Amino acid sequence: MAMRIEEHPILGVQEKGRLVKFTFDGKEYEGHEGEPIAAALKASGVMIHRYTKKEHRPRGIFCAIGRCTDCVMIVNGKPNVRTCVTPLEEGMEVKTQYGVSDKPFDQQ
Amino acid sequence: MKRYDLIIVGAGPSGLSAAIEAAKRGLKVVVFDENEKPGGQLFKQIHKFFGSKEHKAKIRGFKIGEDLLKEADSVGVEVVLNATVCGMYQDREVTVRIGDGIHHYKGDAIIIATGAAENMVTFPGWTLPGVIGAGAAQTMMNLHGVKPGSKILMLGSGNVGLVVSFQLLQCGCEVVALVDAAPRVGGYGVHAAKVARTGVPFYLSHTIVEAEGEDHVTGVTIAEVDSSFKFIPGTEKHFDVDTICLAVGLSPMSQLLKMAGCKMEDNPKRGGQVPICDEYGRTSIPGVFVAGDVSGIEEASSAMIEGRMAGIAAAEYLGFIEKEELDTNLEELDSALDGLRQGMFAPKNRGKIPEKTDEGIDISMSLLKKGYVGDDEIERFPGVTRKAGIHPVIECTQNIPCNPCQDSCPKKCIKIGPNITALPAINEDNKCIGCGMCVASCSGQAIFLVDETYEEGYASITLPYEFLPLPVAGQKGIALGRDGKKVCEAEVISVKSAPAFDKTHLLTMKVPSEYVMKARFFKAEV
Repeated sequence: MAMRIEEHPILGVQEKGRLVKFTFDGKEYEGHEGEPIAAALKASGVMIHRYTKKEHRPRGIFCAIGRCTDCVMIVNGKPNVRTCVTPLEEGMEVKTQYGVSDKPFDQQ
Repeated sequence: MKRYDLIIVGAGPSGLSAAIEAAKRGLKVVVFDENEKPGGQLFKQIHKFFGSKEHKAKIRGFKIGEDLLKEADSVGVEVVLNATVCGMYQDREVTVRIGDGIHHYKGDAIIIATGAAENMVTFPGWTLPGVIGAGAAQTMMNLHGVKPGSKILMLGSGNVGLVVSFQLLQCGCEVVALVDAAPRVGGYGVHAAKVARTGVPFYLSHTIVEAEGEDHVTGVTIAEVDSSFKFIPGTEKHFDVDTICLAVGLSPMSQLLKMAGCKMEDNPKRGGQVPICDEYGRTSIPGVFVAGDVSGIEEASSAMIEGRMAGIAAAEYLGFIEKEELDTNLEELDSALDGLRQGMFAPKNRGKIPEKTDEGIDISMSLLKKGYVGDDEIERFPGVTRKAGIHPVIECTQNIPCNPCQDSCPKKCIKIGPNITALPAINEDNKCIGCGMCVASCSGQAIFLVDETYEEGYASITLPYEFLPLPVAGQKGIALGRDGKKVCEAEVISVKSAPAFDKTHLLTMKVPSEYVMKARFFKAEV
C-alpha cells in the first residue's frame, strides 16, 4: 500500500479504524473501517469508479467531499453511492458502476 | 416543526464561531452540517495561520478547528451532522434532509455559513480519473492519510494551489510543476517561495492543453498563453503525471439565500453570486445573516471573525443583548477584521498589481513570475541585513497581515509595529541569541538564521524544515537556492525540534561563506 502515508511530518501517524476486508468487483481488498470507500480504493491503486451511461467514459474521485458525484459506485447492490463520503464497512461489496448497472455495457 | 432561536447552516469556521457567540448570549442554537464531521475545511489545513495573536496566528488550522469545537461544546451548541439543509423559505423556515427523511425547522434568526465550492476549468481529458480538485487532494492526504497521486501537476498559483502543493510535497508526492494561466503568482509570495525552493518549477502564463490517458491520467501537456489567454504554438511542454490537481478558485455556495429571496449581486471581487449584506452579515431579509466565504471569498481567519459578528448581531436582533452591548462587542472584532483586510492581498486590492510595497520598495518581479525572490532583489528588503555573527534574515517581501515573528523574538530583534502588514525589519541595536523562535513562528517559512562567520570559510544557515525523513547532524547533501537549483554542497550541523516549534524543525547547515545569501534549502543526497 504505497499510497498510504505511513508517517506525516505534521500529522504524525494518523489514527485509523481496524483493517477490514471488502470486495471490489468480486476481488478481495483491505481497507480501514470507517474511512471513505474511495480512500480504501485509492490506497489500493483503484482509479476508475464508474463509466458514464451515454458515452461510457471513466470517472474517478474528483471532489472527495460528496459534492460532484463522480465517484459513485454500486455498494451492497445499491447504485449511485458516493464512495468519497460513505464509510467502509467489513464485507462491503463494491462494484464498478456502468451507467447505473453493475453489468458491463456489452452485457446490459 | 421544531423551533430554535437561531439556526446556523454550516459547521465550518464561521458557522461554529457564530454559534459560540450566540449561545454564550443565551440563544438556543442549532447548527446543521451536511458532512459527517464538523469543522468545515479547517481540519485539512495543516499549515500555520497568518495574522496576529488575536487571529490565532502561527497556530495550525486543524488545531484551531479542535479549539473551536471544544468551545462550541462548552457553551452548549447543538451540532447536527449528516444534515443537509435543502430548502430555505419565507419566515426563516428551513427543510433539512437527515437520513431518509426531510425535517422542517423554524428559526427566529438564521445564519447562513455554507462556505464555498471549488471552481473547475475544462480541457480535453478533464474528466479522466486522476484529475482532481485541490480540495480533494487535501481531503485525501490530510484527513484520510492517502496520497492523492505520485507525480502531480498543480494548476493554479493562488494560496490554495501553493499551500496544497507544499502539502503534497510534505506527504511524499512529487509536484512536477505549478502552472497558472495568469502572468503572476496569485497567492502570497512566501507560500510560493517555500514551494519553489524545494525545486518545483513555476510556469506562469501557461495552462493545460490536454490531460492524456486512456482510462486514467498518464500525462499532461501545458503551453504558454498570450495576453488574451490563447495558446502560443510551439510552447507545449509535456509531463508524465498520474494526477492533475485543479486549484482555480472558489465560488460562494449562496443558493439557499437566493432561494429564500435575499437580494443578491454578482460581484467578482467577492467571488461570484453573493448576498447583499452589511458589514455584520445582515442580509436584505430581517433575521437572516451570512458569515464566511458565502458572503465573499476570503480565508478561515476572517471567516471566524465574521461568524462571531453575525452571532452577536443575531443575538441583538432577537433582543438577547442591548444595542450598546452589540456596539462594544463589535468594535473589537471590527479592528481584528480590519487588521486582516489590509495589505496587497486584501479584498479591496484584488486585481490590482502592486509595484511597490507600503514602504516604497520595488516588489520582487521574480517572485511574481517565477515564485521566488531573485538573488539580486533580496537585499533591498528591510528584513534582510548582513552582519558578523548569528542573525535573522527575514525574506518577507510583500505586505501581508502577519506578525508572529515580532512577538516570537525574546530579544526584540524584529520590528513590525502596530500595522501588521508592514514588512518586518531588523532592530540592529538588539543582539540575536540564535534561539530560532522566529524561524519556527513564521507561518510563511520565510525566516532564516545565518551566521556568516560560523567557521573559517563557512557560514551556517538555519532553515525551517517540515519534511520526512528528518536529516541528521553530519549528513551531507546539497543546498538549494531560492529557485530550487543546486547552489553548493552542504552538511547538516544540527536539527532542532521542540514543542514550541510545533513540528517546524530547525535545520542548520554549513555552506561555503560565499553562498550564505543564496542557499535556502537542504536536500539530502539520494
